[in-house]
Amino acid sequence: MSENLTSALPNAEFAGFVALREAGLQGMITLRGDLGSKALSKALSEATGCALPAQRKITTKGDHALAWMSPDELLILCPHDKAPKLVVTLSKALSGEFATLANVSDARAVFQISGPGWRDALAKISPVDFSTLAPGDLRRTRAAQVAAAILVDGPEEVRVICFRSVAQYMFDLLKTATAPGSEPMLYR
Amino acid sequence: MLLLTCPCCGVTAEETEFAPGGEAHLKRFGPGSADEDYESYMFNRKNPRGVHFERWRHAYGCGKWFLAARDTITLEVFGTYPAQTTEPPAEIVEKIKDRRPDWEGYA
Repeated sequence: MSENLTSALPNAEFAGFVALREAGLQGMITLRGDLGSKALSKALSEATGCALPAQRKITTKGDHALAWMSPDELLILCPHDKAPKLVVTLSKALSGEFATLANVSDARAVFQISGPGWRDALAKISPVDFSTLAPGDLRRTRAAQVAAAILVDGPEEVRVICFRSVAQYMFDLLKTATAPGSEPMLYR
Repeated sequence: MLLLTCPCCGVTAEETEFAPGGEAHLKRFGPGSADEDYESYMFNRKNPRGVHFERWRHAYGCGKWFLAARDTITLEVFGTYPAQTTEPPAEIVEKIKDRRPDWEGYA
């Protein structure tokens, strides 16, 4: 594998009323299948250590996480270099099951937002009532004109995942939304 | 603004997160059917003022299709239900009758 792997916008950072940075390389695997299947949840917990997440939730164990994306789709988060192997492991464990896997690590970009004002920042660009989101929640929505998934990691810590092709758009958008002094104070 | 609750992921979101898919509960008339049936299936829509059944897709969310019953004038949403439904479910019809006593019913 190439040694020159880079994330979408390496080391991109911005200090607004919240801290914004590109999160770097992140392993991501899309799993589509019957989430009610016992074999599937067993294979996942053996490979990642995470329990199957409930609707719109994330379960985390160490550096692995499972995120509920839709009634038949999970996003598996893992270290970037472990993703190809994890796909192979899971494909073997799920052979014969109604499930498909795809390593989408390099098709996405991840941004990290830290600070108590993250709700105010994201409320400017997404049609979501952010008071309903708590740590461990996931919300798929749009950020201005592009699709985004918002992962709430902690009370003041969220990640925004978007397609890599719109990473620059997303970064510029988040920069504008988090510009110092532009906090709408909706949630504080 | 239209607020819809996606029955597939349980999210209540506003209209811009969804994509409209036209009238719901159409019966398909394909090759070999009578010309009038085919024409009606292809081109004729109810387009009512008032109670309407529609297809929507949670385009920016879970990506699933679902059906919604709403009023095209007031934008009141009577309910949303799974796409795998061939006619409006009884509880939705009850709710519409409750809110719109003069509604002529789904036909």
